[in-house]
Amino acid sequence: MFPKYDVIVVGAGHAGCEAAAAAANMGSKVLLITMNMHTIAQMSCNPAMGGVAKGQIVREIDALGGQSGIISDKTMIQFRMLNRSKGPAMWSPRCQSDRVRFAEEWRITLEQTPNIDFWQDTVRELIIKNGVVAGIKTSLGIEIQSKSVVLTNGTFLNGLIHIGEKNFGGGRVGEKSATGITEQLIELGFESGRMKTGTPPRIDGRSLDYSRMEEQPGDENPAKFSYTSTPKLEHQRSCWITYTNEEVHAALRTGFDKSPMFSGRIKGLGPRYCPSVEDKINRFADKDRHQIFVEPEGWNTVEIYVNGFSTSLPEDVQYKALRLIPGFENAKMFRPGYAIEYDYFPPTQLKLTLETHLIKNLFFAGQINGTTGYEEAACQGLIAGINAHQNTHELESFVLKRSEAYIGVLVDDLVNKGTDEPYRMFTSRAEYRTLLRQDNADIRLTEKGYKIGLAAESRLQRVREKVANTELILKELKTIKAQPEEINQQLVQLGTATIREKQPLYQLLKRPDIEIDDIKNLKGSFAGFLNQFDEEALEQAMITVKYESYIEKEYLMVEKMNRLEDLEIIPNFDYDRVSALSFEGRQKLKSLRPGTLGQASRISGVSPSDVSVLMIYLGR
Amino acid sequence: MLQQEPICALATASGVGAIGVIRVSGEGTFEVVNQIFKGKDLRKVETHTLHFGTIRDGETIVDEVLVAVFKSPKSFTKEDTVEISCHGSDYIIRQILKLLVRSGARLAGPGEFTQRAFLNGQFDLVQAEAVADLIAADSAVSHRTALNQLRGGFSKKLTSLREELIHFASMVELELDFGEEDVEFANRDDLKRLIISLQTAIAPLIESFDFGNALKEGVPVAIIGAPNVGKSTLLNALLNEEKAIVTAIAGTTRDVIEDVLYVNGIKFRIIDTAGIRETEDIVESIGIERSKRAMNQADIVLMLFDSDETLAEVETLAEGLEEKKKVIWVRNKADLTTPNPPWDGPVLTGEGFKSAFPERRGDRGEVTISAKTGEGIEALKEALVASNYLANAASDTVVTNLRHYEHLVKTQQALTDALNGLEMGITGDFLAQDIRVALHHLGEITGQIVNDDLLANIFSKFCIGK
Repeated sequence: MFPKYDVIVVGAGHAGCEAAAAAANMGSKVLLITMNMHTIAQMSCNPAMGGVAKGQIVREIDALGGQSGIISDKTMIQFRMLNRSKGPAMWSPRCQSDRVRFAEEWRITLEQTPNIDFWQDTVRELIIKNGVVAGIKTSLGIEIQSKSVVLTNGTFLNGLIHIGEKNFGGGRVGEKSATGITEQLIELGFESGRMKTGTPPRIDGRSLDYSRMEEQPGDENPAKFSYTSTPKLEHQRSCWITYTNEEVHAALRTGFDKSPMFSGRIKGLGPRYCPSVEDKINRFADKDRHQIFVEPEGWNTVEIYVNGFSTSLPEDVQYKALRLIPGFENAKMFRPGYAIEYDYFPPTQLKLTLETHLIKNLFFAGQINGTTGYEEAACQGLIAGINAHQNTHELESFVLKRSEAYIGVLVDDLVNKGTDEPYRMFTSRAEYRTLLRQDNADIRLTEKGYKIGLAAESRLQRVREKVANTELILKELKTIKAQPEEINQQLVQLGTATIREKQPLYQLLKRPDIEIDDIKNLKGSFAGFLNQFDEEALEQAMITVKYESYIEKEYLMVEKMNRLEDLEIIPNFDYDRVSALSFEGRQKLKSLRPGTLGQASRISGVSPSDVSVLMIYLGR
Repeated sequence: MLQQEPICALATASGVGAIGVIRVSGEGTFEVVNQIFKGKDLRKVETHTLHFGTIRDGETIVDEVLVAVFKSPKSFTKEDTVEISCHGSDYIIRQILKLLVRSGARLAGPGEFTQRAFLNGQFDLVQAEAVADLIAADSAVSHRTALNQLRGGFSKKLTSLREELIHFASMVELELDFGEEDVEFANRDDLKRLIISLQTAIAPLIESFDFGNALKEGVPVAIIGAPNVGKSTLLNALLNEEKAIVTAIAGTTRDVIEDVLYVNGIKFRIIDTAGIRETEDIVESIGIERSKRAMNQADIVLMLFDSDETLAEVETLAEGLEEKKKVIWVRNKADLTTPNPPWDGPVLTGEGFKSAFPERRGDRGEVTISAKTGEGIEALKEALVASNYLANAASDTVVTNLRHYEHLVKTQQALTDALNGLEMGITGDFLAQDIRVALHHLGEITGQIVNDDLLANIFSKFCIGK
């Protein structure tokens, strides 16, 4: 009934979809197995993509030839570039998505990918032969052969849902959990743990009074995620902001004795940065209000996502507290919020390709690795899918460095440090964030995506053109000198200092109060020289000029670090032989087994002197 | 061949020896050394050759040295390398290292030469293992005992500075990563105040480096004066008073002799006593070069004179003196001349002296002594104690390690960058870049900083997350 596949992807969430699409587009024969064909690419939590650091990841996925950016562009109902007032490295694209359209668009994309087959079933077991994965067995008892398997089980492995004192098995509300895989993996020698996450109640938008809330519209001139020519957003839906108050908090407190969190029924560790509302009022008792984002779930639905009100208190307590929020006086609930506990496998058991150390050609991606977030999941799916293809075709592994992409930071953090709470990306996790900008993800990554056969040639052409144009603009800016008499009056109008002698435009652009558009609009002998260039190249040139010194400083640091990154540590290195290592350093190194000296240097507990000692010991 | 940035360090054992060898290695080594070495152009000489010359700080000679040149790949590290053989005084060695750092070299980390040698294939693994224990001992010193070695609250102080910096960084990171949420952002004036208070805390640590050295090595004192004003007699008078605890360290190869004297438990080291004695014995000119060199090395300068003529001579010398040098004017031969009225004003420093100079001489304060009879020697000692910063630096915290000093200076520089950034209104992400540099350098002393520290601080202090 089934051929032998190159790659079987288990699970069709954000990780599974990217993994399947990547491997198939690179030429692998792929089978995507999901428990329910109707819930492909579900947004289990809020209907949004991107955000600070996460938006950069979506741009990176797109630059490499992944699909999340394109699908987000096609299905968004609002777009905002966050952190506009900060430096360009902080600009972060974020969109509000139509939940149903998003899932539909993913399904269409996958269906139109020739190399992907689908099968609706639950995987119960992996087939392992001599330490190599060889396929899967399903709940229907079917065995399907493959050269590699990517597990993207999300919250479904032994998923347990909590609402107040009630709890029941499930992978998402209304969906069954998956059992069997964890048990088998443990038997094979894997270590597993439990994590917890939560989601807020969904509300009937018709029952809300928006006049009591603050409107949060999309950007006037919305940008997008994909570097390809996806359509621009023509109109948008707004979000709304309101706040909890002391009354809401008091109402929530009445349910604390029934809270699965406070009673200890929930054992898994939840994310500190995505706390439930009960956790917020408990830990930060002095704060008299918390922000609530009222987010529409799509173009045509009245369903509302109450961002900031994640809770697992009893549904009647949720209901009572909700109705005390300004604008929610008559709120009707579609369904209550809940918490969910699930199995994960500490990601320190993985290589940088996301292949497991224990079983060859078995890959993990997404929440199974202890992460949270669609973007975090999607980029892991992409890396796992790419490497599953590379492995089964005996091609070189694909790994991104910390200095090359947030994806590189994420994988490196997971594999070398592990995580004991759901891992979310922050810009502060990246030491070279001035380089990892959303505007240059294509320059950083598209060529790499092209080389492995994922990014189309047309993408590469676009990037090359952008780089060439940027260089041309920079050259012009350095060559063209403006005379005081031709621009001083205009400078006064722009509210900036005049010049005394002729000056290259490059110098003018360095001023904080002059933008590239101001240069473009200057009248003078040189006027019009920027008209031939598109916005992307102009922006790129401006960033290069304005932030030159910071960017250069960061490149120097990268260079320094790369010397360590290039020094590999042999896999079975005997740390006990190195008597000079500190005790703590040795313990950490033995358990985490970093692949390079650079990775070793980032492990907490490994001191700089440990690194120098290792350096001496390492063979080349 | 991998040639990395130039690094420098003392290659011989530290402490007073006849000769100290400073090694410089890396790309651009010859250019770096050329900047401070007066002699042949090292870029143009053959490999494995030896050259005589002087190390200079501007126009001032720091020491006479022999320089050995090794060109890549024929050196220990396989990089371009220079070995400078200088006199074995800790002071001279530190001066030369400081000059090298100023010219673009960096102080080598523990075992860094060996690392480079290893990276360039100088050793095979077995040989490397043989030297590893040696190196390890070194790095263990730098990272564990160095902290213990330090006096009092240094590590405590750094830890609390680091905490404040992390708090600062968290406030900035907070508005970067959680700018969309309902968090209050630190106002820029508060940030400025915090940086200034951090700088105020670090400045005395940096200054204490000199103090720390003084504790270990003695405060360097120069006695300057024309021939026959009684330098030698004064020296003997100072030393004779304390005969029981006077040490004389005689150099074996060249004429380095330093006499040490303790007053109130503070160690003073008289510079170039050989020179002082020589000029007494052989009647010659004031020996301007020699005096300048001694003044340059000193923290306290005793300007000795016995007449208006000899005063005029030392006054000329004092004009170019750095401001931080302390000067004590000593009128000798009280037994022969009428003593000046006792002075009760402040001890003037170089700059202060310069501005006071046109005024009356009495204002700048003098100690009148008779080196012969010993009269006024006590007063001079009191002046020595009073004019030296050791007496004022009651601070408990002292930095004695050059490496720590270097990182503190860089921390301070990064903070200055951040402060300038704040003044210019740069955005948080760039501010954070400077703060990270500062944290990195503090981390080199206290242990590594990981990004997790910032996040942990944010999560514990601020309610964020939707």
